Amino acid sequence: MSESREILRLQGLGKVYNPGTPQESRVLQDIELTLRGGELCALIGPSGSGKSTLLNQIGLLDQPSSGELYLLGQATSRLDDAQRTRLRNQALGFVFQFHHLISAFSVLDNVLMPLMIRSGRPSAEQRQLAHELLGEVGLGAFADKPAGQLSGGQQQRVAIARALVTRPPLLLADEPTGNLDSRSAEGVFSLFERINQQFDCAILLVTHDPRLAARCARQVILVDGRIQP
Amino acid sequence: MPQAWRTHWTEWLIALRFLLENRQQSLLIILGIAVGSAVIVFITALITGLQANVVERTLGSQAHIRILPPDEFNRLAPLADGSQLLLRESPRAQRLRSISNWQALLALLDEHPQVRAVSPVVSGPALARRGVARTSVALLGVDLPRYLRIIPLQRHMRAGTLRLAADQALIGQQLAEELGLGIGDKLRLDAGGGRDAVVDIVGIFELGVRELDTRYVYLELKQAQTLLDLPGGVTVLETTVDDIFAAEQVAQRLQRLTGLKVQSWMETNGQLLNALSSQSMTTQMIRLFVGISVAFGIASVLAVSVVQRTREIGILRAMGSPRGQILRVFLIQGGLFGLCGSAVGGLAGWGLIQLFNLFGKRLFEISVAPDLIPLAMLVASLSGVLAAAWPARRAALLDPAVAIRYV
Repeated sequence: MSESREILRLQGLGKVYNPGTPQESRVLQDIELTLRGGELCALIGPSGSGKSTLLNQIGLLDQPSSGELYLLGQATSRLDDAQRTRLRNQALGFVFQFHHLISAFSVLDNVLMPLMIRSGRPSAEQRQLAHELLGEVGLGAFADKPAGQLSGGQQQRVAIARALVTRPPLLLADEPTGNLDSRSAEGVFSLFERINQQFDCAILLVTHDPRLAARCARQVILVDGRIQP
Repeated sequence: MPQAWRTHWTEWLIALRFLLENRQQSLLIILGIAVGSAVIVFITALITGLQANVVERTLGSQAHIRILPPDEFNRLAPLADGSQLLLRESPRAQRLRSISNWQALLALLDEHPQVRAVSPVVSGPALARRGVARTSVALLGVDLPRYLRIIPLQRHMRAGTLRLAADQALIGQQLAEELGLGIGDKLRLDAGGGRDAVVDIVGIFELGVRELDTRYVYLELKQAQTLLDLPGGVTVLETTVDDIFAAEQVAQRLQRLTGLKVQSWMETNGQLLNALSSQSMTTQMIRLFVGISVAFGIASVLAVSVVQRTREIGILRAMGSPRGQILRVFLIQGGLFGLCGSAVGGLAGWGLIQLFNLFGKRLFEISVAPDLIPLAMLVASLSGVLAAAWPARRAALLDPAVAIRYV
């Protein structure tokens, strides 16, 4: 593991909302965290501990108030919105709790969306890749169906295929099983384990479920905005 | 595939899918734009047709520009130093005079780029007699082939043939009725000073203006010159120009160029022009306000759409969609609303015009300019894009972290 390249490094990262006002809220403090390629890491902590805020920082959806975030060795605090957006498309894959597929598109188009955003009309190779990924998540036969017609577990699998289509070095999953029944949750988690090995991408998985967290190679515990030693 | 199309293919696809997913909402706004566009197309064609008809009727019986000899005025002898003059002046009566050196001026006007046709005319008063009946008329001596390019008399002929030779005359319908004249009848014309002639009526016209149909008597140029005692002379050069609304400008230029008295139809029909411009202004106002209502319709539908799509915008941004791409998705939707709505509206407006032409009172025919509907579609599409600017900007500026969690 130590030989794998560094994907993510957080150095003294902090996030304060409404600084300098009576409503000031210090959500994250002095976060130090490194993730290497192929790591499957669970981020756990009680509600309100700052897990989602931390995930937003790592996902470049929000700017930290202090510290530095290195993604693929690149410091991100001075990047402008366009640069952060481009890096997000190239280096990160997202899986959200509520699937967040775009209902106006088919299953296949949802999977292809990050590539379409990057380079326009998908090539035959890209379509083939999306079909293969749908096959990997067990939904090869559903490619042309409208995304809204799938069950919750199936939609989450499509979301995972979509997150993987750009072959990102880091996949961020925010409570990916939180909205699923136990059978579907087990299926989705097994899928994470498999793609972690198969695609050699680091996975940071936010979960409330201690059982699933225990199955991850590494657990990071966040309490009151600080990582517990 | 062109690079620009490949690059922007995604926003077109997203825009179209969003529109198609919300079919009812899209159809309603397209219908609203269609109604607005139909009104604009119909009213534009109607007013343009009406104005063209009025101008056509007015200019069907008069030249666009008339060039006349300058008015005569009293010249005062210079006063000796120290002397004073107490003057009571009577303006000079304007006698019938020829334009000096009109042949050279005719050749010059024939070459003028803004002048379409020129015709020399000699005109003056006379008495028309038939038996015991007599009436005052205006003699117009014309070079017929040239004159027909100014006033298309062939469109107004009611009887006889359109030709003029010595001792032949064309008269108006009213004059023919007044004096009981028909084709082949003879008419005595007395121009005063012992100059008179008996002419054969070869044609009867009806210009549609009572005054002209009662008074105009067309003669061959030379005969009229003799009758009016202006041998070889012409009293007016009548011209037409390519752009009728530039007539005043051309007239002023010709006045500076020739030093003669130059009158445009716009100067002599001031009230008509005033009415036309008021009508145009009213049409512009109607078009502007209908256009603004349509634009507000597009903007409000897209503003609602941005709210409905907030979470999807967040997902797209999280997947790496730049702000510009989100902006373009909504601008494209605005443009597509304008384009589709105006296409339907243009067609409906065209249909209304055909109905008007078929079942209207047939006072005049409305013709649709070939560029009217494409132009309306272009303007509506651009207005759609403009109307979409505010909601599109709002969408592009959404914070992705907040948008994703929007319920």
